[in-house]
Amino acid sequence: MSYELLGITVLWVFLYGYLIVASIDFGAGFFAYFAKITKNDHIINKLISRYLSPVWEVTNVFFVFFFVGLIGFFPDMAYYFGQSLLIPGSIAIVLLAIRGSFYAFENYGSKENHLYMFLYGATGLLIPAALSTALTISEGGFIRETENGVQLMYGELFTNPFSWSVVFLAIVSVLYISSMFLTFYANRAGDQPALNLVRKYALFWSSPTIIASLTTFIALSQQNPDHFQRAIDLWWVFGISVAFFMAAVFLIYQGKYYGWAFIAVMLQFFVAFFAYGASHLPYLLYPHVTLSGGVTSEAMAIALVTVFIAGLFLLIPSLVMLMRMFLFDADYVKGKK
Amino acid sequence: MFDLDSATLSRMLTALTLGYHAIFATLGVGIPVMISIAEFIGIKKKDPHYTLLARRWTRGFTITVAVGVVTGTAIGLQLSLLWPSFMQLAGKVIALPLFMETFAFFFEAIFLGIYLYTWDRFKKPIYHWLLSIPVVIGSTLSAFFITSVNGFLNTPQGFELEGDTVTSIQPLAAMFNPATPTKVLHVVSTSYLTAAAVLATIAAIYLLKKKNTLYHMKALKLTVVSVFIFAIATAIAGDLSAKFLAEEQPEKLAAGEWHFETEEGADLVVFGTLNENQEVENAIRIPNGLSFLAHGDFNAEVTGLDQIPEDEQPPLWIHYMFDLMVSIGFFTLGVSLLYLVFWKVKKWNEYHPLLLWGIASLGPLSMAAVEFGWVFAELGRQPWILRGFMTVSEGATTSPYVGWMLILFIGLYTVLSIGCLIALRKIFKGNPAEHELEHRYPEVAATKEGN
Repeated sequence: MSYELLGITVLWVFLYGYLIVASIDFGAGFFAYFAKITKNDHIINKLISRYLSPVWEVTNVFFVFFFVGLIGFFPDMAYYFGQSLLIPGSIAIVLLAIRGSFYAFENYGSKENHLYMFLYGATGLLIPAALSTALTISEGGFIRETENGVQLMYGELFTNPFSWSVVFLAIVSVLYISSMFLTFYANRAGDQPALNLVRKYALFWSSPTIIASLTTFIALSQQNPDHFQRAIDLWWVFGISVAFFMAAVFLIYQGKYYGWAFIAVMLQFFVAFFAYGASHLPYLLYPHVTLSGGVTSEAMAIALVTVFIAGLFLLIPSLVMLMRMFLFDADYVKGKK
Repeated sequence: MFDLDSATLSRMLTALTLGYHAIFATLGVGIPVMISIAEFIGIKKKDPHYTLLARRWTRGFTITVAVGVVTGTAIGLQLSLLWPSFMQLAGKVIALPLFMETFAFFFEAIFLGIYLYTWDRFKKPIYHWLLSIPVVIGSTLSAFFITSVNGFLNTPQGFELEGDTVTSIQPLAAMFNPATPTKVLHVVSTSYLTAAAVLATIAAIYLLKKKNTLYHMKALKLTVVSVFIFAIATAIAGDLSAKFLAEEQPEKLAAGEWHFETEEGADLVVFGTLNENQEVENAIRIPNGLSFLAHGDFNAEVTGLDQIPEDEQPPLWIHYMFDLMVSIGFFTLGVSLLYLVFWKVKKWNEYHPLLLWGIASLGPLSMAAVEFGWVFAELGRQPWILRGFMTVSEGATTSPYVGWMLILFIGLYTVLSIGCLIALRKIFKGNPAEHELEHRYPEVAATKEGN
């Protein structure tokens, strides 16, 4: 495996990790607010905060890790993305900052504050929308190189069906992943009223996920026909993803094996995300940056990969410890600790 | 609306974010050390006062660390958003420590999460204390990695530039550039110092408000002793930094010290002003002082600004930043020493209001000194973003929207500051240490009344 392929695979794994853990977090924000306005907050908000309080920083680091790694392995991306994403990137920072810090601020206060709950819910949907811009523009057609450097064409971005379908997909996926996770977590906590509620959310958001995926595919065929063709060549991989989707929804509908159901959700996205990523290559940013053209020097790539492997030996045991304490410690989950 | 060019606005926004982040990053590196020390003393001495100190500091720390995390994310992204050309070049050479910083931070975040929520989950308290070690290591390593990146900007090495192409890249050489050792020492020691000073300020204010409880007295003793130790470390690190500058980055030292002519036995200019002919007035001159500061030899030759091309000279007003930073450093050392003397001499009262006022000033002053130091360090590199290779204006974005982003981030930091203060108030206002002590350790609270 070449260094650049190894590098992008590692980064993609981390982006996938962020996709899952951040979706749980972002979606939970929306559900917490939704539960509040539908007067169901007493049922689920305690559950949500028990899970999320210890992990928001870890979620944030997945994201930092991805973009720092991207710049490290593919420094040209810093130029093109940096130059073109000033506004969406800054908006994403502001939303992440407000969400992350107010998480901590409210931790010792009440969850009663209406403005806070609104911000918590709204940022949960706006952040994925802002971040998805990066994936949108990577398909090409949204930036132009002028004498004055690379510029993003905002008019094009806001009127393009592809960019909106990506936003739609991002938001729907967030809600789907999050409600699927909360269903598992509520069951784990033995909290029947909460389980009934979040299970309903999970079933509700399942079919829009598939609709949004199909819409995005159709829009992609207009935006970047080459990429679309490469994706079609991998049709069977996307088929596996759909099979996992059906398995997950079936289990939730049957009301059993919630743990397996969530694993199926994770696999559904894992498979689709990697098929999408693989078909995106050889371009990182169409048509400006390719995998082999944009990669850093071999010396740096070796150094980064070495650090990455050493880092994993440190991080995986620590993450396992964190998860055992907060995710799989039945007493903690049930609120006894 | 914005008459300034993108490069100037980018500098302003970066200065804003870094200046703001520096406050929380400094606390983020220093406070875990103080928490760990307090918890350890509490366990060893079986003294719940110290354990409670650690608990309450931790609670405040959750707030400041959150702001540190989100502003750190902000500067991480802004490096690319505001300085895309620079990151395209620098990313090829200095990505290694940037990447490692994420790991250190990841490590710290995981253990901080565990530490915060597991105070009462272990049978043996020492196990909980052990969790503080990875937090301390992670945060200090973060400081080390990120400071080595800053060192690289000042003394870049480990690559060759042929036209626009970067070749012969050596990631480790870039990371361990000549500026790294002294800079890291200086940043870490001042972070520890500033965190201890901020906590000392809190204890002193409580004592000034006549809350003369054992809890606050112990807090004062622990923090001021720490201040003294870290102030000595800072003085040593500062001295080494000056010697480093004299060797590797003489224009920064020369501009900071108003040293215009290269000469042997150079005087150290302390304070003073510049008149319109760029002559120093109203200054205290310490004969041969600069030679000694720069080389440890009163007669050594010190490079002056005459050796530096005019368009590569840093602005001269950084002299004020340097003097303010150093003055505060000595003041901090002096006040903490005074406290130690008053404490050891039985007849003297170490809780004299004047002394307490002096201690109370140390937190804000140390934080200001950190900011002055960073302004000195960054302005002293002008006009370079990557010394000798790329100027600041070459590295900046050409996007026309930086001004609006500046306004956006001023708004963000205002909101964060307000939220941070409200949250800290909410945590501590209705829950003074005495109440918590009674609540958690009734037997200790009772014996204290007996005293």
